Amino acid sequence: MKHSMFGKKLKMRLGGGIVIAVILMAIFAPLLAPHDPYDQDLMSRLIPPFWNAQGDWTYPLGTDNFGRDMLSRLIYGSRLSITVGVAAALLACTMGTILGMWAGYSGGYAETAIMRLADAQLAFPDILLAILIVAAVGGSALNLILVLGLSGWTVYARVMYNMTRSIRERPFVEAAVSHGARSAYIIRQHIFPQLIPVLTVVATLQVAQMILQETALSFLGLGLPPPTATWGNMLAEGRDRMWAAPWISNLSGVAIIILVWGINMLGNGLREHLDPNQRGRQ
Amino acid sequence: MFAFIVRRLLTIPITILLVVFVTFIVLRVTGDPVQIYLDINATPEQTALLRERLHLDEPLIVQFGLFLWDVLRGDFGMSLQFATPALPVVLGRLGATIQLVSVALLFAFVFGVAGGIVAALRKDRLPDFLLSALAVAGQSMPSFWLGILLIQTFALDLKWLPTSGTGSWQHLILPAVTLATFLLPNFILITRTTVLETRSELFLTTARSKGASESSIMFRHLLPNAINPVLSFLGLQMGRLVGGSIITETIFAWPGIGSLMIRSIFQRDVPVVIAAVFIVSIAIVLANLLVDILQSLIDPRMRLD
Repeated sequence: MKHSMFGKKLKMRLGGGIVIAVILMAIFAPLLAPHDPYDQDLMSRLIPPFWNAQGDWTYPLGTDNFGRDMLSRLIYGSRLSITVGVAAALLACTMGTILGMWAGYSGGYAETAIMRLADAQLAFPDILLAILIVAAVGGSALNLILVLGLSGWTVYARVMYNMTRSIRERPFVEAAVSHGARSAYIIRQHIFPQLIPVLTVVATLQVAQMILQETALSFLGLGLPPPTATWGNMLAEGRDRMWAAPWISNLSGVAIIILVWGINMLGNGLREHLDPNQRGRQ
Repeated sequence: MFAFIVRRLLTIPITILLVVFVTFIVLRVTGDPVQIYLDINATPEQTALLRERLHLDEPLIVQFGLFLWDVLRGDFGMSLQFATPALPVVLGRLGATIQLVSVALLFAFVFGVAGGIVAALRKDRLPDFLLSALAVAGQSMPSFWLGILLIQTFALDLKWLPTSGTGSWQHLILPAVTLATFLLPNFILITRTTVLETRSELFLTTARSKGASESSIMFRHLLPNAINPVLSFLGLQMGRLVGGSIITETIFAWPGIGSLMIRSIFQRDVPVVIAAVFIVSIAIVLANLLVDILQSLIDPRMRLD
């Protein structure tokens, strides 16, 4: 345990605290936001945040190029990031777990087909799929979830495949088979419960990756079209005002890094907590 | 060695088939291809021409066969924004992207491996804490924001380097650093882990008992064994590198395939988008093959599986 700057409990508390705070912020956005995030006021364009001499407490974190309140937009922006991150990770997790367990348990053609597909998909990163889909049908929250979910399943498939194969050889599975249990029963009752801890850790860490990818796609203009308040969109808008109004892109960047760092902390803490092999090692 | 390369080459057709299949599904089955390829102001003549070119009156399976045939011949249609065949447009941008990616990769690899080794050799001491904390922070950092911060600092404030564009080696620094940070944190963490694992191997004790010098142990025995997991990871992360390159090229207006793709989407230039997607996935397959060959050269055990 000496390696970590702080122990797993602190990691889980700190990370979990940040995650819960951002989720609450997303849920109660209408109550927390001081202004309407889409309300344009051209008289109060590009007002800097309060720590700047020209700052104004009406807009604590300043305004953007259209005079929209940055704080309100940041609060509302958390909604899309969390929804897309969690939904995409769930989709990837469900798909990858089922396919991975299937490949690992049954072997044969299913194993070859599923694992070859997972290998082949390495050459087709999510960003290319996103580019194709946006070129064909345009960007929407559902498309983002589909793109990230469909490209994220291979991680789970590989982990679940390897674990299922090793668990399948264990005596308790053999005993269940000799008692005449059916495959579906064995997978549900004996194999899946063993996989839950690993699955929780992988999924938590993947939500962080998904959120980073969602903001990257939004930044490229492949996410929800403007004026939707998303952190990636705001960063992209700030890019054109880097000199006059650096706070637009920097505040969105800080928002992203806080949430992603919190989720990574939570995931690392969970990993140390749930994985007995890691306990002694680090 | 030869059989190993042939076996790996056989996976390429599967990958290409998958890419063509997904492209076909997205472009032909999710909506009306006419609306995807042409804008609302298209004349009936343009529509009829497109219907004939894409063979939209044929059954889907025939369309897929013809689409596959076109792709294999390198015929992606005419670019709408440049009015020339799409493939040469994309290939013309390949050089700039390869330049950016290889410099960034070299940077990430050298500093990542060096950082990982330092962290491992100074385990649980200050250099290890600093490097590990930096790596975890780097993993949470959206690299596109880092690119913008670099421009703000080194181009706008200090005026040391150009903000964007291409032309001299100064233009390459900021994009390469930005792209390198996509992989650098993971390189540090993985090298650290594998060096720690390799350090307890018995062959190092053997080498030491034979009187080998510490530097010979480091470079001849430890590094070749510790470097392979880093290379495997690099193979798995090719997709991320491509994503990073697209983002970096867009931030710095780097004239490569990535910025061309993004621009073509907004110009609704579908032939260029398909050609670029296709070239990039072939590049990823070839890069993976290269990584495999490198690995089997460093570690002969890899050739067996």
